[in-house]
Amino acid sequence: MKKSGFGRSYYIQQDKTVTEKTTILPAAVPVIGMEIPWRERLRRLWRAVWRHRWLYIIVIPSITFFIVFKYWPLFNAQIAFKDFKPVLGVVGSPWVGFKHLEAFFNSYYFSRLIGNTLFFSIAGLILGMPTAIILAVALYETRFNMIRSIVQTGAYIPHFLSWVIMFGVLLTMLSPSEGLVNEIIKATGGKSISFLTSPKYFRWVAIFSNIWKETGWSTILYYAALMGIEQSLFEAASVDGASRLQRIWHISLPGILPVIMIVTLLRLGHILDAGFNEIFVLYSVPVYSVADIIDTWVYRAGILEFKYSLATAVGMFKGVIGLVLLVVSNELAKRWARTSLY
Amino acid sequence: MPVKSREEIVFQILINTFLVVFLLIILVPMWRVIMMSVTPLGYAAEDTSFGMLIPPWKWSLEAYNQLLTHPNFINAVWNSVQITVLGTSLSLFLTVPLAYVLSIKTLPGRGILINFILLTYLFSAGMIPTFLVVHELGLTDHLAAVFVPVAIGVYNVLLMKGFFEGLPVELEEAARLDGASELQVLIQVILPLSKPILLTIGLFYGVFYWNEFFYPILYLNDNSLMPLPVLLRNILMASSLNEYVESDAFSAAPIQSLKAAGVFITMLPMVAVYPFIQRYFTKGTLTGSVKQ
Repeated sequence: MKKSGFGRSYYIQQDKTVTEKTTILPAAVPVIGMEIPWRERLRRLWRAVWRHRWLYIIVIPSITFFIVFKYWPLFNAQIAFKDFKPVLGVVGSPWVGFKHLEAFFNSYYFSRLIGNTLFFSIAGLILGMPTAIILAVALYETRFNMIRSIVQTGAYIPHFLSWVIMFGVLLTMLSPSEGLVNEIIKATGGKSISFLTSPKYFRWVAIFSNIWKETGWSTILYYAALMGIEQSLFEAASVDGASRLQRIWHISLPGILPVIMIVTLLRLGHILDAGFNEIFVLYSVPVYSVADIIDTWVYRAGILEFKYSLATAVGMFKGVIGLVLLVVSNELAKRWARTSLY
Repeated sequence: MPVKSREEIVFQILINTFLVVFLLIILVPMWRVIMMSVTPLGYAAEDTSFGMLIPPWKWSLEAYNQLLTHPNFINAVWNSVQITVLGTSLSLFLTVPLAYVLSIKTLPGRGILINFILLTYLFSAGMIPTFLVVHELGLTDHLAAVFVPVAIGVYNVLLMKGFFEGLPVELEEAARLDGASELQVLIQVILPLSKPILLTIGLFYGVFYWNEFFYPILYLNDNSLMPLPVLLRNILMASSLNEYVESDAFSAAPIQSLKAAGVFITMLPMVAVYPFIQRYFTKGTLTGSVKQ
C-alpha cells in the first residue's frame, strides 16, 4: 500500500484488500485499440457515463450559468453588425455590416482610447513588476522573521480594498484641501495641486495607486518561487566567495525567471484590460482625455448614450484582439516556460 | 550560519530599511483615514494635517454615530450584506461542483466541458450584450442582478480544480469501494479535506461582492437598492455635508471625518476577517496555481 502522505487517510488503512480490488475495476478511460468494435466501445462509454451520472447532474446549474450569462451574450453580440433598436430586438434589427467598426476606426477617440489603455497597462507592468520582485527578494533575504511576517501581512491588505475605498484613501493623501501630500507642498511653500482632476498628474496617480494596492499581493508568486530554489546552490555560491548581490543576481533571479516570464506573458495577454474599476472610480470629466480607456468609453457610449451597437462593436474589437493576444502569449509560455497560462 | 561579514550587515540594514519603508507607505494612508475619522469639528479646519498623523488631542466618534444612525447608510450596509452573503453562497454552490467534476480525470466529456468554460475566459462578448441579457431576464432593479450574472469566476474554478486534483486519488477510490456514491464522495470525503481552498475562494468571492461598485450602477436604478460602495462614493464626492446627510446641517462632525469614517466602515469587514483567513489563502492560492 502506497503511503499517501495525508494525515487523514483512514479510508485506505481500513481495508487491506483495496489494492487488489482496484485492479479489477473496469477502466473508465476509453480503451485505445483497433480490435474493439464500435458497438463495444459505445457500450463502455455509456457504462462510464452512467457510472458518473451524478457528476453530470450536479454541474447542470453551473453549465446553465455559462449558457445564460456567457453564451447568450455571444449571440447578442451580433448587434455589433446591426443597427440595434430595443423595440425590434436583437434578431429583428437590420444588418449594417461593418458600419460601426468603421465609425470607430475613423473617429478621433480611437487612437486616444488605444493609447490610454496601452499606457496604463505597459507603464503599470514596467513599474510594478520590478517593485514586486525587489520586495519579494527583500522578504526572502531578511533575517528578521518578525519583519517579514508583519510586512507580508500589511502588504497584502490593500489588495482586498475596493477602488472606492482607495479613492477615499487617495483623497486623504492627495485632496487639495486636506490631503497630506498637499499639506507638505503647502508647508514647503508650494501651491496645492488637485492631482485627481489634473490631466498632467492623473495617469501617474492611477498607476502608482495601482502599484500601492497590488505590489504586496503580487509578491506571493515570486516569493514562492524563491522558496523553491535549492538551498545548496546558495551555500555553494557562498563557499565560492560570492557576495550577497552576486547570489541574488546569479541564483535568485534566474531561479524565478520562469515565474517572471509567465506573469509578463499573462499581463501581455490582458494588456487591453487596463483596470476598468480603477479608472471608472477615479476619473472625471476634466481628465477624460488622458484617462479614458476602452472599457470606460464602452460604458458611456453604450449605457449612458444608448449607442448599443457602436459600443458592442468596440467591445468586440477589444475581445478579438484580447483573444489573439491570450492565445499567442499562451503559445509563448508553452514554448519558453514549459507551462500553460490557462 | 557563517560569520556575519560587514557586507552582510550593511545588506541586512538596507533590505530591512526598505521593508519598513514599504510597510509605512502602505500603512500611513490607512492610519490617516482612521485618525481623520475621529477628528472632531473645528479641529480639522484650523490645524494642519500633520497633526492628523498622531491621534488628535481631542477626538470624537461623532462621525460614526452620524453614519450608523442614518437610515440611508444603514440601508446601504444591509444591501451590501445581502449581496455578499447571497452572492458568496451562490458562487460556492456553482463553483464547487464544477471544479470537482472537472478534476475527475476519468469523466467522459471532461475535455469538452473544460473547453466550454475556457472559451468564455478567452473571449467574452463584453458589457453591452450581457447588459441586454440581464435586461431581457427582467433582473434589472433586483439585487440579484448584481451577483447572479457574475456568480462563477473561471479563475476561481481553475484554482479549486487544481486543489482537488492534488488530493490523493486513493481516498476517493476507497470511499467508492465502500459503496459511496459520487455525491457522497464529494460531500463526505472531499469537502472536509478542502477547508483551505473553500475559505480562500469564499474569501475571494466575499471580497468581490462586498466591493462591488460598477454592477450596482449598471443594473440598478433604484437608489434604495444601492450597496455601501456606491453610497460611499457619493459621500466622498460631496463637497458639503448637506448634500448627502441632508437633515444634519448642524452636524457635530466635519465632512472630512464623515468621509473617513465611511471609508473605514467599508474597510472594516475585510480587515476583521483577514487575519483569520490569511494563513489559508496563501496556501490555497499556491497549491492551486503552481503546477507540479
